[in-house]
Amino acid sequence: MMSSINWYKYSSPATFYGLAGKMIPWFYGAAALFCVAGLYIGLFLAPTDFQQSDAYRIIFIHVPASWMSMLIYVVMAFWAALGLAFNTRLSFMMASALAPTGAMLTFVSLWTGALWGKPTWGAWWVWDARLTSELILFFLYLGFMALQAAIDDPRRADRAGALIALVGVVNVPIIYFSVRWWNTLHQGASVSMTKAPSMATIMLVGMLVMALAAWMYAIAAALSRARSIILEREKNSQWVAQMVEAEA
Amino acid sequence: MSTLQIVFVLLRRELMLAMRRRGDVLTVLFFFVIVASLFPLGVGPDPKLLRLMGGGVVWVAALLAAMLSLGRMFASDYADGTLEQLVLTPTPPVVWITGKILAHWLVSGVPLILVAPVLGVQFGLSNEALGVLVLSLLLGTPVLSLIGAIGAALTLGLRGGGVLVSLLVLPLYIPVLIFGAGAVDGAMSGLGSEAHLSLLGSILILSFMLTPWAVSAALRISIE
Repeated sequence: MMSSINWYKYSSPATFYGLAGKMIPWFYGAAALFCVAGLYIGLFLAPTDFQQSDAYRIIFIHVPASWMSMLIYVVMAFWAALGLAFNTRLSFMMASALAPTGAMLTFVSLWTGALWGKPTWGAWWVWDARLTSELILFFLYLGFMALQAAIDDPRRADRAGALIALVGVVNVPIIYFSVRWWNTLHQGASVSMTKAPSMATIMLVGMLVMALAAWMYAIAAALSRARSIILEREKNSQWVAQMVEAEA
Repeated sequence: MSTLQIVFVLLRRELMLAMRRRGDVLTVLFFFVIVASLFPLGVGPDPKLLRLMGGGVVWVAALLAAMLSLGRMFASDYADGTLEQLVLTPTPPVVWITGKILAHWLVSGVPLILVAPVLGVQFGLSNEALGVLVLSLLLGTPVLSLIGAIGAALTLGLRGGGVLVSLLVLPLYIPVLIFGAGAVDGAMSGLGSEAHLSLLGSILILSFMLTPWAVSAALRISIE
């Protein structure tokens, strides 16, 4: 029965700290497993593409990273909204714990995109709508983290960060569509990535498995970062003192 | 006092303060002119190239100038305690926040609009494009003040607030830049600028309705 679980219990940092500690190895394990399987499918089972030869194989890193970079921003905004609505400290902590992972994956997506672009398009960077909006997403992550880093009072940092995350998530669709129209209006699209490429099933499977790996990794990384944040914030509380004593 | 009266009183106060500190207004204006003048020096005096870039350059300069003036929006009121008094008044924060944003636009947005045609002429824009440039700035610069107010409110009293504001606000300015510069571009190439101007107008209406609430929440976070 779902209703028999007391969800509120886990919104307390002390209980969440223990729960997250138990969950992290599983998520890291799943990430490693999916990663090995996905890379095996991607590098050994998937056939060479007749147009892009082996260069396309970067898709197995690139696409999962891009998907996760966007998803994490939405999840971050979700926790931020939850924190502002219910005033739960843990929600804010989750939002700040997710941001570095999201920014890192955005960077990976941009970087691998450049590596992929050079052999296939002949340019490291084109001002394609998707590339540009991914770059702007990276800026949004940076803004969130910079704002939180600049505020010393954790309560204000939490709330200010949450507000800017929400403002950002409202703006993301507007930015995305404006960039898309900008691109189609300014220059005849030299490179179109919007046509869904017909992809062999095995490539798709490899990509999805890698996406699962990225997902598991993101959860594990965010949880372990949340644990660090909890320890930092609660360092003067009794349960931390008892835990340290017990471990010593 | 009625809501409109409150906004009016606040506007008068802000404008009077701006008149007493004329230097601040002029600094932003000259910054705008200087940034726009740097581009021809950087990319070369080719009139064809400059005509292509003109609208975009003026718009980018307007974005940077608007951002530069954001620090003033709440900072001095925060420093001398006026902001706290405003929060304590029975007036809903959204009302006086709207007044302050309006004042900010009048002081730092309108001068840019007045100077922009001169810059446009320097870049060789056609007469029609100059009109569109002014119209697009008229629709777009209030959005810059509105969105910028969120950043200004969130970074109130922080060290390095100025640079931080740019990191927060500039990515959010991108749609305004795209449609503003796109409108001028459309007028220059003969494709028409109605679509861009309509989109700018809708962004203005949307941000006018939503941002005062976000600013009010941001101020509450920063002041408490």
